[in-house]
Amino acid sequence: MLRPLIFAAAIIAPTLASTLVMAGNPDRDAIVAGYAKQARAADPAFTAFSAARGEQLFRTKWSGGDERTPSCTACHTENPKNPGQNAKTGRPIDPVAVSVNSSRFTDAGDVEKQFTRDCKSVLGRPCTPLEKGDYITFMMGQ
Amino acid sequence: MRYILILTALLVSAGQALAEDRVPPVTDKLVQKECGSCHMAFQPAFLPARSWQRIMDNLSDHFGEDASLPADRVAAIRAYLSENAGDVQRRGIARKYMQWVAADGVPLKITENPAFLREHNFPDRVWKDPKVVTKSNCLACHTQADRGNFDDD
Repeated sequence: MLRPLIFAAAIIAPTLASTLVMAGNPDRDAIVAGYAKQARAADPAFTAFSAARGEQLFRTKWSGGDERTPSCTACHTENPKNPGQNAKTGRPIDPVAVSVNSSRFTDAGDVEKQFTRDCKSVLGRPCTPLEKGDYITFMMGQ
Repeated sequence: MRYILILTALLVSAGQALAEDRVPPVTDKLVQKECGSCHMAFQPAFLPARSWQRIMDNLSDHFGEDASLPADRVAAIRAYLSENAGDVQRRGIARKYMQWVAADGVPLKITENPAFLREHNFPDRVWKDPKVVTKSNCLACHTQADRGNFDDD
């Protein structure tokens, strides 16, 4: 009686564990893949997104956008795991880091809308597909 | 007997005062999500329908922000806000705010309505509080404002 149970557990447990370790989200992966395709189209030399470049994008003080939002950190704070606050409206903002907010970057329409608004506000120009992918990659590791 | 009458009168007026600070909350999921993504989704009662029309006409320059949305969403939000606008409701807070709006007026800022200004006559330091940021941040002080409850002041 016990043996089949143990046998079943032996099969199921590693499967569960590997699922947890991956912790990927198919919607988010698809969004990143979409930006990768665009990045490659813009530059055939593109190989992969970079969390380090994403972090640099996140922390850089730009000068082309709204003076209230010179950088991403103006609303999202220096630590993307923290809740933020909209610098223009005062509205609280949920953390951007995927580790504390697993719903981030899972709706393609919302992601594109937010980049459109925030890049205009912070950088004063649209973000490139490379920048979008780097940003999400950084947040996926946070 | 007289005391009971006075007490009743007091209770009734207190009830009215309370009721005046309540407004029908935004119940539409799309409006909650899209209007609420950068600021609290303001209840349509605070502006007349023609103001909401104007706001929905100009989302690409929404108080300096690009708040553009797909056309089908714009249409759905426009319909909800117009159908529940202050000049449609005409009761409670809606009436209180609409009485200051000229017949052909198209106000775009709730915070410029005299009904708002009369109850928000605070020294500068209150508005400069980092929690507040801007006059339109209702939730900084009215913690249940998004549910249509502006009692706590």
